[in-house]
Amino acid sequence: MDIAVETRALRRVYRSRSQEVVALDGIDLKVMRGQRYGVLGPNGAGKTTMIKILVTLLLPSSGEAYVDGLDVVHQFRELRHRIAMVSGGETVGFGMLKVKEQLWMFSQFYGMPSGAARRRIDELLERLGLTEAADRLVSALSSGMRQKMNLIRGLMTDPRILFLDEPTVALDVGAARDVRDEVRRWMAEDPTRTVILTTHYMMEADELCDRVAIVNRGRIVAEGTPAELKQQVQQNAIVDLQLSPGNRLLDALRAVEGVVAASVMEQDGTDRFSLQLSSDAALGGVMRIVEMSGRQIRGVQKREPTLEDAFVKLVGRGMAEEEQE
Amino acid sequence: MSHPSALRIFLKTVVARAYPRFVSSYRNKTWIITETLLPLIGTIAIIYVYKALHAPSRYLGFVVLGGVLLAFWQNVIWAMATNFFWDRAAGNLEVFAMAPTSMAAILVGMALGGAYVSGTRAAFILIVTSILFGVTYTAAGILPAVGVFLLTLAALYCLGMMLASLFLFYSREAWHLADAMQEPIYFLSGFYFPVRSLGAFLAGAGSLIPLTLGLDAMRQFVLPGTPAFIPAAWEVLALVGQTLLYGVLSQVALRYLEQRARHDARLMLRSS
Repeated sequence: MDIAVETRALRRVYRSRSQEVVALDGIDLKVMRGQRYGVLGPNGAGKTTMIKILVTLLLPSSGEAYVDGLDVVHQFRELRHRIAMVSGGETVGFGMLKVKEQLWMFSQFYGMPSGAARRRIDELLERLGLTEAADRLVSALSSGMRQKMNLIRGLMTDPRILFLDEPTVALDVGAARDVRDEVRRWMAEDPTRTVILTTHYMMEADELCDRVAIVNRGRIVAEGTPAELKQQVQQNAIVDLQLSPGNRLLDALRAVEGVVAASVMEQDGTDRFSLQLSSDAALGGVMRIVEMSGRQIRGVQKREPTLEDAFVKLVGRGMAEEEQE
Repeated sequence: MSHPSALRIFLKTVVARAYPRFVSSYRNKTWIITETLLPLIGTIAIIYVYKALHAPSRYLGFVVLGGVLLAFWQNVIWAMATNFFWDRAAGNLEVFAMAPTSMAAILVGMALGGAYVSGTRAAFILIVTSILFGVTYTAAGILPAVGVFLLTLAALYCLGMMLASLFLFYSREAWHLADAMQEPIYFLSGFYFPVRSLGAFLAGAGSLIPLTLGLDAMRQFVLPGTPAFIPAAWEVLALVGQTLLYGVLSQVALRYLEQRARHDARLMLRSS
C-alpha cells in the first residue's frame, strides 16, 4: 500500500496587522492509498486550513506536503487533475441553472467529454436519489439535495483523492447517511481511491473512517484507528450524568479523586456531563459533589467509550469547550 | 497519468462558463426591458439634444455608435471586471481555482456569455435609432467599421480581464472607484460627441480606454466629414497595440493573483 498524502512539519500562520494566528503547528501526517482517513477536531482546530493546503488553494508557511506523490507547492497544476474537494454548506454554482446543467458545467472545467460527463452525472444522480431533481433549478434545492449535488460534483471527475470538508454539516440525519453511504460505495468501487474527511462529528469519524487523526489547536494530538483511539479510555468507566441547570460544576467534578476527565454539554435545558472514572468507586465522590450543588439528577448512565471520550482525555476538555475558546 | 490538453480544457471552460449567463437570459427575461428599452431611452434623449440644436444628421450617428459601444463597456466593467468579486462571495472562485483550468478561460467565458445580452442591446439601439431618426452610414465604410468594432472589443475585453484581477485585489475600493469613474469615462471616451473637442491632452488620456479610439475610428469610416481625433489608420494600430498590451498585462495580473491568493487566503476563499 503506497502513500496517498504525506505532510512533514506542516505549518501555516495567518498574519494580519494586529495579530498572528498559528492555524497549523507542525503537522506530520501519512495517509495510505485506499484509506478513508478522518481529521477530527473542534471548529478552529486547523482542519480546513490543512485541507486547503492539500488541495493547492493555500501555501504552507513552512513544511512540506505531498498529495498523490506531487508537491502541493510546486506541482499544483498537475495535482489539480487528480483531486476534488467538497465542503459542507457549499452554495457553489448558479441558482438559475438546472442541477444537471450545473454539474455538466463543472465537468467541463476538467475537460471531460460532454457525453461521458452526462452519462456519469446521470449515474451519480440515480445513485444519490436525485434523478427526479435533475431538471430542477439549483436555487430550488433543499440543503440536503444541494449537498448531494455537491458530492456528485466531487465524484464525477473520478479523482484519485477526494477531500471532504465537513460534508454533512447542517444536514438532517437521512441526508447525512446518504452522503456517508455514497462515500463508502465510491471507495468500494476502486481500492486505490482515497478519501480524506474533516469533521467535528465524532460519530461520523467513528462510523466512516479507517483511521483518524485528532487535531486540536493546529496539532495532531493522537492518531490511529477509531478502535485504537477508544482503547485509550477503555480502562476507564464512562458515565453520563444528566443534571438540571445550575452553578458551574465542571471544575469541582474534575477535582474529584478518580475522575480522569470530564466534559459538559447543554442540551434541551439539561447539562449533560460526560465523566471518565478510573473505577466505579469514584462515582460516590461525584454524587457527593452533585448533592452539595443542589442540582437535580435527571439521569445517570454507564456506557461504552466513544471518540469524544478519547478527545476529552487527550485534550482535557470537550469539543464544545474548545470551540468556545 | 494522461489528461485532456490545456487548450481543450480552456475551450471547454469558455463554453461552460458562458452557459449560465446565456441560459439565465432565457430564464429571466427582465433584461429585455433593462438592457434594451431603458438604454434606448438614454440614447434617444441625447439624440434630441442634437436635434434641438439642429446639428447635422451625422451627429445623430455619433450618438448611435456611442450607445452601441456603451453596451459593451458596461458589460466589461460591471460584469467581467467584477466577476471574480461576485464569484468569491458565492464560494465559486475557490472551486474554479482548484480545477485544472485557467482563470483567463473563466473570464473569457463570462464575457462571451455577457456579450450575447450586450450584442442584443447594441443591435437594438443601432437599428431602432437609425430607423427612427433616419441616420445613414457610408456603405463602403461598414466593413472596416465592423473590423474596428471587433478589434475594439478584443482590446476592451483584455482590459476587462486585467481589471478583474484589480477588482479582486482592491475589492470595495475598486468597486467605488469604478463607480466614481463612470461619468468621467463616458466623458473622456466621447460617447456622445467627437473626442477631438476635448483637445489633444484630454483626448490622449481618454485613449487609454480602447473605446475612445475605436469609436473615433468607426465614426470616421461610416460617418465621413465628422471631426477626427487622429487618422483612423493610427487608431487601428493603437488598438492592436492596446489589445496586445492589455492581453499580456491581464495574463501577468492573473498569474500574480493566483500566486498571491495562495499566500493570502482572503483573496480567493470565501471564509478562512
